[in-house]
Order: sequence, then C-alpha cells, then structure tokens
Amino acid sequence: MERLLQQIINGISLGSIYALIALGYTMVYGIIKLINFAHSDIYMLGAFIGYFSMTTLKLGFIPSLLLSMVFCTIIGVVIEKVAYKPLRHATRIAVLITAIGVSLFLEYTTMAIAGANVRSYPPLTGILTKSFMLGNINISMLQILILGITIILMILLQFIVKKTRIGKAMRAVSLDSDAAELMGINVNTTISFTFALGSALAGAAGIMVGIYYNSINPLMGMLPGIKAFIAAVFGGIGIIPGAMIGGYFIGIVEVLVSGYSNSLYRDGVVFAILILVLIIKPTGLLGKNSREKV
Amino acid sequence: MKKIVSILLLVVLTTTLISGCGGSSNANEIKIGINYELSGEVASYGKASVDGIELAIEEINAKGGIDGKKIKAIKYDNKSDKSLATTLATKLMTQDKVVAVLGPATSGAFKATIPEAMKNKVVVATGSATAEGVTSDENGVKEFAFRICFSDLYQGTAMANYALKNMNATKAVVIMDNSSDYGKGLAENFTKTFEAGGGKVVATEAFVAGDTDFNAILTKIKGQDFDVIFIPGYYNEAGLIIKQARAQGIKTPILGADGFGAPELVELAGTDALNDVFFSSHFSSLDKDPSVIGFIESFKAKYGKEPDQFAALGYDLAMFVADGIRRAGSTDTVAIKDALAATKDFRGVTGTFSMDENHDPVKAVVVVEIQNGEYVRSERVAQ
Repeated sequence: MERLLQQIINGISLGSIYALIALGYTMVYGIIKLINFAHSDIYMLGAFIGYFSMTTLKLGFIPSLLLSMVFCTIIGVVIEKVAYKPLRHATRIAVLITAIGVSLFLEYTTMAIAGANVRSYPPLTGILTKSFMLGNINISMLQILILGITIILMILLQFIVKKTRIGKAMRAVSLDSDAAELMGINVNTTISFTFALGSALAGAAGIMVGIYYNSINPLMGMLPGIKAFIAAVFGGIGIIPGAMIGGYFIGIVEVLVSGYSNSLYRDGVVFAILILVLIIKPTGLLGKNSREKV
Repeated sequence: MKKIVSILLLVVLTTTLISGCGGSSNANEIKIGINYELSGEVASYGKASVDGIELAIEEINAKGGIDGKKIKAIKYDNKSDKSLATTLATKLMTQDKVVAVLGPATSGAFKATIPEAMKNKVVVATGSATAEGVTSDENGVKEFAFRICFSDLYQGTAMANYALKNMNATKAVVIMDNSSDYGKGLAENFTKTFEAGGGKVVATEAFVAGDTDFNAILTKIKGQDFDVIFIPGYYNEAGLIIKQARAQGIKTPILGADGFGAPELVELAGTDALNDVFFSSHFSSLDKDPSVIGFIESFKAKYGKEPDQFAALGYDLAMFVADGIRRAGSTDTVAIKDALAATKDFRGVTGTFSMDENHDPVKAVVVVEIQNGEYVRSERVAQ
C-alpha cells in the first residue's frame, strides 16, 4: 500500500509535466485544428532558457521560471506568425508538415548552438533540496513545487479561458471561427494569444523538468511531446480539462507499469492506450460526438 | 614554475625536432608506426593515447633505446576515419617499413587494420579497443593483432567478484541499460559470476538510453533486501539513477563499470548524492604503485596535465611493444609477433598482465571509489 502511494506520487510529478505540455497541444488543436509538433520543442527551449538563466545569468528559480515562460511565449507567437499564419487557408496536411519542419528546425538549431551533449542544471540550494517522510512515503520539495506550480498555472488558465474577454474569444473561435469573425472577433489575435498561452505552459514544464531530473538535451522534447499528445487525445483533444486529466493518467500509468511490471513495457503500454482510445472512443474521455457538418 | 615548464617544453620540442630530422632509413633505429585519431570525432582518445606513447618512446630512447638502437616513431593522423586508418596502416607497413603499428584507438578502426596486418605480417597493437572479440573471432586468434586493455564485458565479471569478495555482498540488484550491447553484456557477465560465487541477484530492472525518470523502478526495488546495486550503463543515465536513488533514501553501495568514468557523472548526480559509488577502470591517478607515481610525474612534466586512462594505456602500449622487440632480439616482424604473444607478467602502469591465447591481456581492473563526488581511493582487483 505504501509502495502504491509512493508510486502514485512519482506518477503525479511526471503527470504534471505531461499535463502542462498536453494543454498547449489541446488548445492549439481546439482553435485551428493543427497538431503543433513544434510544441514539444518549445518545452525543450524552455529547459535551455532556464539553464542559461540559472547558470549564465545566475538568477534564482522563480525569476528563471518567469524568464523562460516569457521567452517561450515570444517564440511561440513568432512561430505562429512566420510558419502557420501564411498557411491559414492551406490544406491541413501542409500545415502539419510545416509543424514537423519547425520542430526539426528548433531541435537542430539548438543543437548547433548549444551542442548535442547532455547538460546538467546547477545544484539546487536551500529548501528545494529537502524532502520529508510521511510515514514511509518520501516526498521531495521538488515534487511539491512541481505539483504546486502546475496547479497554479492550471487555475490561472481556467480563469483566463472562462472569465476574460480574450478567453471568451478563444472559445468562440474554437467553436466556429467564421462566425466569430463575423461577430467582430479578431481571429488572428486570438490565435496568437492561444499559441502564447500554450508556449508559456510548455516553457514552465521545461524548466521544471530541468530542476527535477537535472538533465537536458536538444532532443529531450521528442518522447515527452508524444506522450503529452497521447494525453491530449486520451482526454479528448481540444478540451482543456481533458488534457489535464490525460496528463496525470498517462504519468500514473507509466510509473505503475514500471513499478509493477517490466519497465521496458512502459512506452508500449502508453502507445497501446492511444490505439485503444482511437478504436473505442476517438473523441477521448471528455469528448462529445459531434455531427459531421455538411 | 612556469619557467621550468616552458624550458622543459622547449627541450622536448627541440629534441623531437632534431630526432625528426634524423635522416631516413638507418640501421641504428627501429621504426614504429603510430596510426591514431589526431583529429575528428574521437580525437580526444587518439591524442591522449599518442601523448602516452610519445612519452614512453622518449623514455626508452633516453635509456639508450632497444639494444642500442633508438626508436623512431612515424606518426599519421587517421582523422577518426576507418578507411583512412586502413590505408595508413598499409602505408606504414609497406612504404615506411615499420616493425609494428600502434593504434588506432577505437575498436572499429583497429579491427579494420587487422587484415592488413595479417597480409603484411606486421603486428598491429592497440591500447583501447575494448569491444568484444577484437583480436579473435570464431576462427581463432588473429595472430598479428594485440591489445593491452581488458574488454568491456570483462568488467562485469570483475565487479561481481569485487562485490562478493571485497564487499561481502550476497544480494544484488541489477539496473541495466537494455539499449546497448555494453549494458546487456555487462549485466549478463555480472549476474553469471555473482550467482556462481554464491550470491543472488534479487531483481533485474532495465531502462533505455535517454530515460530520465527512474523513480518508479527505484520505488519498486526499495522494498527489497539487497546489499549492492550494479548499474551497467553510461554516465548519462547512471548519474540520474544515483541521484534519484539517494533522494529516495536508498543508501546501499552502487557499482558500475568504466561508463561511470566521466566528470559529467558528478554533475548529473550532484556531489551530495555521489556516495559509496564504485566503478571499474583501466587506470587511476590515485594508484599508489611507484611506477604509476613516476609515470604521472613525468607525464605532468612533459604535458602540464594529468594523464587520463587513454594516456596511461598508450604509455603501456609503447612499452609493451618495445619489450617485445627487445625479447625478439631482432627486427623481424614475425619474431616480434611471437615475442609479444609470449609476454608474461609485463609490469605496466595500468597493471601487470600476460597475453592469453586470444591476444587479450589477463590483468586486474582498477576499482575507484567515489565519496561526496570525489574520487577518494582506488585499488587493483586481481582476478
């Protein structure tokens, strides 16, 4: 029982990261029906910016977190303007291929600048290095920090989407962008804002992975990116609470497979889940079946 | 101090210049070929090896050479390229008429030069080709190929014996890199030896290169009773496993192989977590053997830096080949091959070794102990 609880705590830390990345996938899909494959590389850039902020600029964790979120926001918006906006009326496959191109561009540009080597974050100090025992369960400050920041960011996101004008615009564009435009909503601004939000969350996930695992490299986004995408599909792509639930679900499934079966089956089980979801309920856990519009 | 170093460097430079200009074929010198990776992707291995080799040749010549004949090194850069390495080996054997070729450093490039060695009947020898079966295959030993380093997988056996005999461990957990032959082979050899010696491997967990989260498998093994953890893998993942294991309160000693021997291990694991970690290596600068202390001093005097394991292996390699030429009593390449194959109890800075029938050395591994992120102790573990 204790071991199960400990495994679930491990899974929640991992799931928080997946959930933060999945949110970006799901929001962008919701609004322009694009699977933004470059999203996982924004997460990687977030980790690298956090690294340079903590080593070269010698900033603390919170300023680095903010810096990395701001920088990723800018990159996300620039990518949208440069790569996706000109293709707004192109076929979906053209945009998808562009997304893959942007992803490779980000990965290998980072590799050219920073090198292919694995880098490690500077050692943590103070309260972040502590951990405490709850009975026989070991919880580290880092795990609490990751969960805490994830929850704060999710509440903030829910607030923006549900309570603000721009959030209302996002929901309107995602429902029907032509109708929204007719109602006087600036669709381009709304799309940019969606990329900005998603990228900021990915940047936060990147720096948290950096301090938690202490190991970053230019290709670190690939596998977590795909897992987060599966999380988004599992929860119902385009649906924000679905991405959160999906992220935690995938994280916990991964540790339970490693913890109670063979750790080599971990990735296989996650991909099997994707296949099952696509066969049984393609709209995902929270998805509603919508009628095909003719 | 700086002055002394620069004067020494000047002396070294002029002597190499003078010897470099010393005319062509000469009955009073013995030519040895150096075919190493001096540029390209594995240049750091090649350069370090050649540093060691040149130091050894300088020392041999300073003591009068071999039977009064000086060694003359003919050095080529194979640019970390397998086919260029083969071409250079041929050139050294047929045009420069060397009596033996040293290098290349990596297993793949070294293997590529072996057919040339067999054809021209000239010995090729290396200090660092550690892959399995470099000097022999199912058709038996490749007569003209020698290496003086133990193979990767041999370390699994050595670490199992170290755990059993030096640490009195009876139960072990293996967390292996399932994505490389290195990890799988080490795990297999460790398990075989450990269980044959009366120990028990209570759990075997696996990961693949690039993984970062090991909390699940660590939580899984935490509930079990074991004395040591063996991690056959490279520093990238091993560093993170050590960090996460210590954070979860797993305090048992952790063993590994030469994949741990990189400064990045310390950065990834952090100095606080890096306690009671033991790994096998070819050479340790902490070794208190007088010959090692002497080697480190002269290496520092010549190059102004600490020798690494490639430099030490390069030094031993040149000494080993020179010893073979001396015992052969002639510069006949077949006689040299026979003398090298008959090497017994050669004393080098990477340990004392004899050649076995597969032209692999039978030698001790060096086990290095890490505490608080520092290499604190090393010992040679005889087989």
